[in-house]
Amino acid sequence: MSIATRSLPRTIGAHAILLTYTVIALFPVILVVMNSFKSRAGIFGAPLTPPTPKTFDLIGYTTVIGQGDFFHYFQNSLVVTVGSLFFVLLFGAMAAFALSEYRFRGNTLMGLYLALGIMIPIRLATVAILQLMVASGLVNTLTALILVYTAQGLPLAVFILSEFMKQVSDDLKNAGRIDGLSEYTIFFRLVVPLVRPSMATVAVFTMIPIWNDLWFPLILAPSEETKTVTLGAQLFLGQFVTNWNAILAALSLAILPVLILYVIFSRQLIRGITSGAVK
Amino acid sequence: MGSLKIENVKKAFGPVEVLKGIDLEVTDGEFVVFVGPSGCGKSTLLRVIAGLEDSTSGRVLIDGTDVSVTPPAKRGIAMVFQTYALYPHLTVRNNMGLGLKQANTPAAEIERRIGIASSMLSLEPYLERRPAELSGGQRQRVAIGRAVVREPKLFLFDEPLSNLDAALRVNTRLEIAQLHRRLKATMIYVTHDQVEAMTLADKIVVLNAGKIEQIGGPMELYNAPANEFVAGFIGSPKMNFIDGARLGETAKTIGVRPEHLTVDPKSGAWKGTVVHAEHLGADTNLYLDCEKAGLITVRIFGVYDAEPGATLYATPEPGKTYRFGADGKVLK
Ligand SMILES: Nc1ncnc2c1ncn2[C@@H]1O[C@H](COP(=O)(O)OP(=O)(O)OP(=O)(O)O)[C@@H](O)[C@H]1O
Ligand SMILES: [Mg+2]
Repeated sequence: MSIATRSLPRTIGAHAILLTYTVIALFPVILVVMNSFKSRAGIFGAPLTPPTPKTFDLIGYTTVIGQGDFFHYFQNSLVVTVGSLFFVLLFGAMAAFALSEYRFRGNTLMGLYLALGIMIPIRLATVAILQLMVASGLVNTLTALILVYTAQGLPLAVFILSEFMKQVSDDLKNAGRIDGLSEYTIFFRLVVPLVRPSMATVAVFTMIPIWNDLWFPLILAPSEETKTVTLGAQLFLGQFVTNWNAILAALSLAILPVLILYVIFSRQLIRGITSGAVK
Repeated sequence: MGSLKIENVKKAFGPVEVLKGIDLEVTDGEFVVFVGPSGCGKSTLLRVIAGLEDSTSGRVLIDGTDVSVTPPAKRGIAMVFQTYALYPHLTVRNNMGLGLKQANTPAAEIERRIGIASSMLSLEPYLERRPAELSGGQRQRVAIGRAVVREPKLFLFDEPLSNLDAALRVNTRLEIAQLHRRLKATMIYVTHDQVEAMTLADKIVVLNAGKIEQIGGPMELYNAPANEFVAGFIGSPKMNFIDGARLGETAKTIGVRPEHLTVDPKSGAWKGTVVHAEHLGADTNLYLDCEKAGLITVRIFGVYDAEPGATLYATPEPGKTYRFGADGKVLK
């Protein structure tokens, strides 16, 4: 690091900006988690104070666990998120490999076509998707959600991953070909490990909107059997009375799994590329 | 075992023609070096031979069989890359053994061949390490070992030394020369370093802009270059090219190598001023600005004291000048 970037005022300035941003970004999350541990009176009386022995109350959590089938909703959300993530990463990486590795007619056009989805929101097609799902009898199944989310996540995955795949050494792939490795082995054993950090990035970007989505679960799979957590939390949102304790508790619980997935992927992010292959 | 024949191979990337009809014959056990400036198509030609790139037209024959549609792994070749290209997730032992394993070679045979190759390249202490735990020179030796264990008909090297530092380059060059003597295998070696070309080759192929300029032994190319390009490319410092008209010659260009010029402070053919002097110990390079010949380089063996600004006369050794016609070809 150069001397200039280490000067005291600069360091303080940089930290001040970063801290401010952290506070702003974390504020709503902390507010939700904090208030989920308070009684109803505590929430409305002093929403900004942490729970005190007087206002501390686990009523929200007991309601959530006691009422509704929350564990089941969690399971649904997890199945949908992990399933979609798996297919987005698998197909996204494979398409990216084909686009970056093989010269074929229409390669550029195909790349553009696959990336088009980044610019066109998939929700515009909701009606058509619903008709499709009704026709194929997939309404109220988790499969429907996984299919839609896979389609939603693929464009960005293909776009990002093909850029990274272009950087993987040609020599390494060619060495594999000379040693008689199949294209699949070259892809899974040589290329994928080298682009793992970028795949983790894609995973994080893909996962969070899927976990948080309310739209497609509401339209495609609103049945009790297939409810996701975000949809399940609506249970406590009444027209006349809203059970804030339960909502806040449900939301706090919903943060946990994404947090765990995020920690798993971000460790991949910082681990960096396995060095020593080339140069 | 291990002859190669290339017949009129052409390769185009879209509209760009990179190889413009290459004909070449390599006999068994020969060490052939491809040299040429950057971007002239050396690597492309090597990849066509390896089967990593399809030629647009023409045939490649290994041991007399047309391999144009044979996949790389079945061609009986092995390749060493500039960037080593070792498998990062495998140990040195498995890096060397992978190709054989893919070809269903018995485990005992794989072990035997790894044993021979690793002792030949002094890799025994590193067999259980990963590539990340090796130095650059060790990595390149592993890459060479990976080629050796396959016992190929044809070794292909694509600038294997250009990522190594100068001292290591000399050592590894020696190792490759010894390897060739010991295995008596056919080797094709791409480089743009002419010292490597001159020291290793039985036969040098000079490529320029996708065409072969000349094929011949190192001394043949040095002593009897076919044209201006080869004359300028082989030999360091570069041959001096002097406009024929300025010297009152009929040839378009006159060429004379820096080492074939002598200097004298009093008299000689071309009077000139010293512009710059490079003292290398074993020899001295003088840059002279001559009235008749323009800026020329003179290489003098041993130490020679000459200050910039001094006046010197340069004289070409008799019989050591080359005459080139307007088309660049040498005039007999
Ligand atoms: N995949 C490709 N697509 C388009 N053009 C290519 C491709 N590969 C190589 N070329 C072009 O072909 C020409 C020859 O490339 P090649 O790699 O064979 O050069 P080289 O002689 O090995 O050069 P160097 O000494 O720099 O390695 C270059 O002009 C390059 O731009
Ligand atoms: Mg090259």
